[in-house]
Amino acid sequence: MSQVPKELKYAPSHEWLRDEGDGTYTVGITEHAQELLGDMVFVELPEVGDNVAAGDDCAVAESVKAASDIYAPVGGEVVAINEDLEDSPELVNSDPYGDGWLFKIKIDDDSDLANLLDADGYSESIADE
Amino acid sequence: MAQRTALYNAHVEAGAKMVDFHGWDMPLHYGSQIEEHHAVRQKVGMFDVSHMTIVDVTGPEAKAYLRHLLANDVAKLKEPGKALYSAMLNEQGGVIDDLIVYFFNEESYRLVVNSATRDRDWAWLNQQTAEFDVQVTERTEFGMIALQGPQAQDTIKVLLSDEQHAKVQGMKPFYGEQLGDVFVATTGYTGEAGYEIIVPVSEVEATWNTLVGAGVQPCGLGARDTLRLEAGMNLYGQDMDESVSPLAANMAWSVAFEPAERNFVGREVLEAQKAAGTEKLIGLVMTEKGVLRAGLKVIVEGGEGVITSGTFSPTLGVSVALARVPQPVGETAQVEMRKKMVTVKVTKPSFVRNGKAVVEF
Repeated sequence: MSQVPKELKYAPSHEWLRDEGDGTYTVGITEHAQELLGDMVFVELPEVGDNVAAGDDCAVAESVKAASDIYAPVGGEVVAINEDLEDSPELVNSDPYGDGWLFKIKIDDDSDLANLLDADGYSESIADE
Repeated sequence: MAQRTALYNAHVEAGAKMVDFHGWDMPLHYGSQIEEHHAVRQKVGMFDVSHMTIVDVTGPEAKAYLRHLLANDVAKLKEPGKALYSAMLNEQGGVIDDLIVYFFNEESYRLVVNSATRDRDWAWLNQQTAEFDVQVTERTEFGMIALQGPQAQDTIKVLLSDEQHAKVQGMKPFYGEQLGDVFVATTGYTGEAGYEIIVPVSEVEATWNTLVGAGVQPCGLGARDTLRLEAGMNLYGQDMDESVSPLAANMAWSVAFEPAERNFVGREVLEAQKAAGTEKLIGLVMTEKGVLRAGLKVIVEGGEGVITSGTFSPTLGVSVALARVPQPVGETAQVEMRKKMVTVKVTKPSFVRNGKAVVEF
């Protein structure tokens, strides 16, 4: 069973979201998602300054198996991207909730958070797959 | 339920992600298929290939039967143990399977064929025996391990006596030899030096564990696919099948048109195709970010073709693909990737041999 940390929020499309406490949220993909995709070979990230709406496809995780769109779990401005992934996309596999983070968003509207799952809800959603 | 090889439990215990492969439960990877790939290019790795089908062909007309059945000519095989790669064609010149045939003597040969095509192969092999005094026998009592990589020659000694190991070290590529209980062949599907080892089913797990103990990295189907693709080796069902001519699948080198009087199955159609010209299997290298995938449309000078196999090449760090396209080809091709056209380089359909790049990009 893959790890689903309690303190994070989740989108059904397998992104996680961490509240950094200053109105920004860090986004990555879950351990379950990286297991499904297999070894990551490229990660295409948005640019800092991009404005995204919740549900926009804003990044691509390309693994040995498939290219997979990554959707913004909440809307807002992209304020940081994980530049280490350019040379080390495998961080998404080895540390999906840590060094394998993708980007940070400054949230526009807190009500977007209501559409996300908590750890239990996400665990249930992947148990059904 | 899917079939399991004798190594099923060993795979599961080693943490393999198991997937269905044409009716067999096989390991996809044991954690990271890229690390497994690098192990084979740089050190030594092994694959469970027990799902492959071994068929022995024996009898007074074994040679005549195989000269009729196969597009390559087993009459080229003179030394006991020598092996040959060949297509087995249908009457329309389409590829039923690709296989390796080992020569023991003119009344005894061994075929190793794909598992995906086992039922079709078996029916065809039997159907073709009608006019020959020959027996075909499937050898399900064996398992098979492929030991591949630059350190394979040194590593295999843990399975052999000193005398046997000396023999193996002297073997040229594409030979097989029975050494006690073990049949060792200098063949493989990775573009590296190495061996395919056939042992009785009861011995497979012990053989595997001995190799694990010697530090050999177990590798799954994921690494097997990226290794064979870098080496430019076809995968049946992907790069060719019964609807594809061997001439359009980079297998023309394995079709023996000489001697002209040898009437192998599919010969007439292939001669007509050769005269008229066929599509061609080419290599593609993409230096932009992204991965070329099977099924993508490819545009060359002669028109539109298709990617038959594509992947990220762990050795080269870029994406490579095999594509079947109309001629003429040109030096570059256009591939439609995620709604935009990308220019990629056209190469020979072979990218890496013995750990080194054999294409420039």
